[in-house]
Amino acid sequence: MEEEKEEMKKSLVLLLCGALTAGMLSGCGSDPAAGNNSGDNAKNDKVYVYNWGEYIEPETLKMFEEETGITVVYDEFETNEIMYPKVEAGASAYDVVCPSDYMIEKMIQNDLLQEIDWDKIPNAKKNIGAQYFEQSEGFDPGNKYSVPYCWGTVGILYNKTMVDEPVTSWSILWDEKYADNILMQRSVRDILMIPLKLNGYSANTLNEEELEVAKQALIDQAPLVQAYVIDEVRDKMIGGEAALGVIYSGEAIYTQRENPDLEYVIPEEGSNVWIDSWVIPKNAPSKENAEKFIDFMCRPDIALMNFEYITYSTPNEAARELIEDEEIRNSEIAFPDLSQHPNMEVFNYLGEEGDELYNQIYKEIFSN
Amino acid sequence: MRDSRKLLSAPFLFWAALFIIIPLCMVFYYGLTDKTGAFTLDNVLAIASPEHRKAFWEAIKLSVVSTVICLLLAYPLAMILAGMKGNHDSFIILIFILPMWMNFLLRTLAWQTLLEKTGVINSILAVLHLPALKIINTPAAIVLGMVYNFLPFMVLPIYNVLVKIDSNLISAAKDLGANGAQTFLRVTLPLSTAGVISGITMVFVPALTTFVISQLLGGSKILLIGNIIEQEFTQTNNWHLGSGLSIVLMLFIILNMVLSVVTDKDGEVNAL
Repeated sequence: MEEEKEEMKKSLVLLLCGALTAGMLSGCGSDPAAGNNSGDNAKNDKVYVYNWGEYIEPETLKMFEEETGITVVYDEFETNEIMYPKVEAGASAYDVVCPSDYMIEKMIQNDLLQEIDWDKIPNAKKNIGAQYFEQSEGFDPGNKYSVPYCWGTVGILYNKTMVDEPVTSWSILWDEKYADNILMQRSVRDILMIPLKLNGYSANTLNEEELEVAKQALIDQAPLVQAYVIDEVRDKMIGGEAALGVIYSGEAIYTQRENPDLEYVIPEEGSNVWIDSWVIPKNAPSKENAEKFIDFMCRPDIALMNFEYITYSTPNEAARELIEDEEIRNSEIAFPDLSQHPNMEVFNYLGEEGDELYNQIYKEIFSN
Repeated sequence: MRDSRKLLSAPFLFWAALFIIIPLCMVFYYGLTDKTGAFTLDNVLAIASPEHRKAFWEAIKLSVVSTVICLLLAYPLAMILAGMKGNHDSFIILIFILPMWMNFLLRTLAWQTLLEKTGVINSILAVLHLPALKIINTPAAIVLGMVYNFLPFMVLPIYNVLVKIDSNLISAAKDLGANGAQTFLRVTLPLSTAGVISGITMVFVPALTTFVISQLLGGSKILLIGNIIEQEFTQTNNWHLGSGLSIVLMLFIILNMVLSVVTDKDGEVNAL
């Protein structure tokens, strides 16, 4: 579990540096890629990849190494926010990174990415559905910088044995019947999105009155919430710990495999639809290897392997065609028909001030 | 002679500089500057804002409660351990320290599994038709996690001073007519203050700064100051504010240590 791994890393630092220097996490953490590529231009046999935890089938990395002779140096991050300063500082130079939509927008604005040479990545335009490129325009105008890798929605996962009414609206998360049976996401954008959407506002709003309404709604909801979690929501829902949980669609298929009582819905008020895409940072040691890697990941057979392993929806249409299980291939969870869900929204970068506003509101929710 | 000694300390000095002094300087640099790099006290004074004050207060409250519970549990235990003669005592101490060989985080996660609504303890209670234990994601669970994790840090220093007390002193007290309670209050307790104080520091400081326990056992429903600082680094990416709040915590801990050093001296004076 990546969450635990991350925590373990943290506690190790805690033990080493003492509780006081906990804040120095990123300060004294060493980056494997850091020293390796300094002053060494001939290093063409490695590709430095920085991806989400548990977000790839490890076998595909081995296959890439065998086929190309390029060694993959693979690092993981837990959130976009942890990833960003590392890439920005440039202390560790990665060839390929896989951030989400709004973070890609921020990286483009801050001039951290280089343009993709689509001729070098023929598999991308060939296999990835046009609608995903269209969707990417929202944060990457002109599709210059990003190659979609995974996408999905945010919704409610519920346990059919514990919830007897049909779940259609976010408002069920405010139903007192389910006190102490609700799991919420511990992440600024995801948690604020819910009351914003419930009230018919944009999930990217900067209107302070709308945000105030959202904040108050979450404060009112707090006594009903069992816990605010990130990855644990998966295990807790499988174990029957809670009746309702906010979760990413990619996790839903996995949880259903483990516990058939679970069902996933996108509430009717709309939700967040997100894309995680491969990008190449400006300071990438080898753009050539990065392109080879991304192209390899866009191959239908490889994308299929990844989909089956991580169960997050693939934008790779050719790979989807290869899925043998018809139920999965046409799954409403993995491949929802977004035209049926009119109010889906991609997160946008809110700018520095917007970020601060959101973070301040987030903090105030928990100190009430 | 001197030179060779100095040479021996070089690895430690190098270590200290790299992992203590430099990070500390960075904390102060970030904590006392704003985004433009200009000097400011805002990050430190931010502790006074309502949400930070609340988190700080929660952290103090829970860590004081945990420290007191640790002390109440650890003192009798240390006395029992110190009173045991022969080979048994080292075995018992080993049993006591054994859990510490496991990762702190794994042990806390284990508590999560134990305490959950459908966890191990509640499953057993259900079989016995007893009411379920509703403690997970409450302050009580955080205190439990703190006490469990930090108890050995209280037991060991107290045990260490207790075994060093000359048993003749106890005999003399009894000989002079003191009863059990008097012996304890006027001989044993004063002689063990140093251990008690170092135990308190060793429990209070990590309890005050923890963020993992409140995340895992408290379900993040209660933000402690440690959680706020962690958030500033990992989520908000505001290292300046995170460092500023860390400085406040540091001052608090230094204060705590100064107090313990002062009282420790008293303890030694009494011991003499």
